[in-house]
Amino acid sequence: MLRYLGVVPLGAYLLVFLLIPTGELVVDAFRDPSGTFTLSNVTTIFQAQYLSSFAASLELSALAALFGGILGFFAATAVVHPNAPRLVRSSVTTFSGMAANFAGIPLAFAFTSTLGATGVITVAFRHVGVSLAAVNPDATTLGLALVYTYFEFPLMLLLLVPALDGLKREWREAATNLGASGFTYWRTVALPILVPSLLGATVLLFGGAFSAYATAYALSGSTGNLVTELIGNLTNGNVTVDPQLAYALAFGMIVIITVLMVIYGLLQRRASRWLR
Amino acid sequence: MAALTATAPARPVPARGPRRLARRRLPIWHLLWLVVAAAYFVVPVVSLLEFSFGGRVGGHAAGFHWYLTVFNDPSFRSSFLLSVRIAIETVVLSNLLLVPSVFWIHLRLPHLRPVMNFVSVLPFVVPPIVLIVGLIPFLSPFTFLYSRPEVLAFIYVVFALPFLYRSLDAGLRAIDLRTLAEASANCGASSASTLLRVVLPNLRAAVIGGSFLTVAIAMGEFTISSLLSFNTFPVYIFNIGENTGNEAAALSVISLLLTWAFMVGLFIVGRGGRAGAQVAATR
Repeated sequence: MLRYLGVVPLGAYLLVFLLIPTGELVVDAFRDPSGTFTLSNVTTIFQAQYLSSFAASLELSALAALFGGILGFFAATAVVHPNAPRLVRSSVTTFSGMAANFAGIPLAFAFTSTLGATGVITVAFRHVGVSLAAVNPDATTLGLALVYTYFEFPLMLLLLVPALDGLKREWREAATNLGASGFTYWRTVALPILVPSLLGATVLLFGGAFSAYATAYALSGSTGNLVTELIGNLTNGNVTVDPQLAYALAFGMIVIITVLMVIYGLLQRRASRWLR
Repeated sequence: MAALTATAPARPVPARGPRRLARRRLPIWHLLWLVVAAAYFVVPVVSLLEFSFGGRVGGHAAGFHWYLTVFNDPSFRSSFLLSVRIAIETVVLSNLLLVPSVFWIHLRLPHLRPVMNFVSVLPFVVPPIVLIVGLIPFLSPFTFLYSRPEVLAFIYVVFALPFLYRSLDAGLRAIDLRTLAEASANCGASSASTLLRVVLPNLRAAVIGGSFLTVAIAMGEFTISSLLSFNTFPVYIFNIGENTGNEAAALSVISLLLTWAFMVGLFIVGRGGRAGAQVAATR
């Protein structure tokens, strides 16, 4: 039993800085300010204005996961293509690591410089008479989703390359020998095998967009309507303006992300069946 | 071969069938997607650079004007140094906490590894914006810690944990720990000196790789430091951006180059390493 002493410091640390604060938050979501049990905090978040925040966050996450997923998937299939030069593979994975870590405040300014009201691309399109107001990252969900795509697609690529490597050459050759075109091979062999990996990676992308705060806050300021921005507005240093509401919203986020992680875990188990 | 490359995506696929003796081109469809991805990667960075050198000052092109302006701002120095200090503290603290624990789990408590795998997923379930809501009422009574910037380092350790843990776990799995430990014990070494003098030198790449990611997290974190009102480097960039876009662009370029320097460092140390461990930014 003494050997368990070796993990006491780590366990205690996690207890103090992760588990107890999170546990208290969940408990406090079901308490009124005097400490008695109540459901009113949690029922509050079902009011229209907070539901619309959750809907906005989910919509943004879905768009970001979709864009990032599509671009990441096709870039990944190009990278693992047998005719792709070696240099492409190593450089794309390195750049993906770099892009996936480019987030937060600097990323927000990069996209303001690109697609914002006076952004380089916006101005260039204005010269040929096309307005890009619909994808302005400072003001539109679509624009913000394009910002998130910047770190989402490289993440998709990094997650998918190992799965695509798991597709055996023999499967493709067998399909070709049976007369399958490239499209038929993808539709009937590769995609069915890849579906759990694809969905699993998309779920991770969705979760990443759902819990993001810094980038969105830097772009839309305190006017944003995302759940994370709402929690940020309620929480400020020593003063939590409406702690009960903040607990309830944070609890709602934990529930949603937990569901996502469970789905991801199940998909991972399914994905590992073929790809070993 | 597929099984090997599945865990090491940075390595090229050497398998080439005998049919493919002649070098064939990448189909145009694939090439197109690579071009789109490359453009998506490059264009925002180029726009950012353009803004950081953009505008006119005193009748001529700005050149390095915005960079010089921020370098001469005393708040730039203080916020940057604060972030560096917190990053160093986070790295030291997380390594002190994790290296002995993960070593001990591998050596004596291997049945706890699934527990650790689960625990290392928790920081994803509880993102910074959620954790801070629980941390404020819990930590604020401890004013000696709560009022000092060091509290950030203590919190960042939680977010660095999954990445450092995965790096160390992979590093320890790659060596024959049991044999090394037994050999070391036969020579009369204690567990502590086995860790320090036998295992740690073998874990150098894992420790350095995990620490690079930890620095990247700590230097770029905005959510918690802004909500606790500490003027770290990202908070400073954000505040500048409220006033002058060009200066904020210059600062973003500096921040970007720093992050990328760490990622390139990570690539060199780990030769690409495991794909999942390359992404550590908090958003």
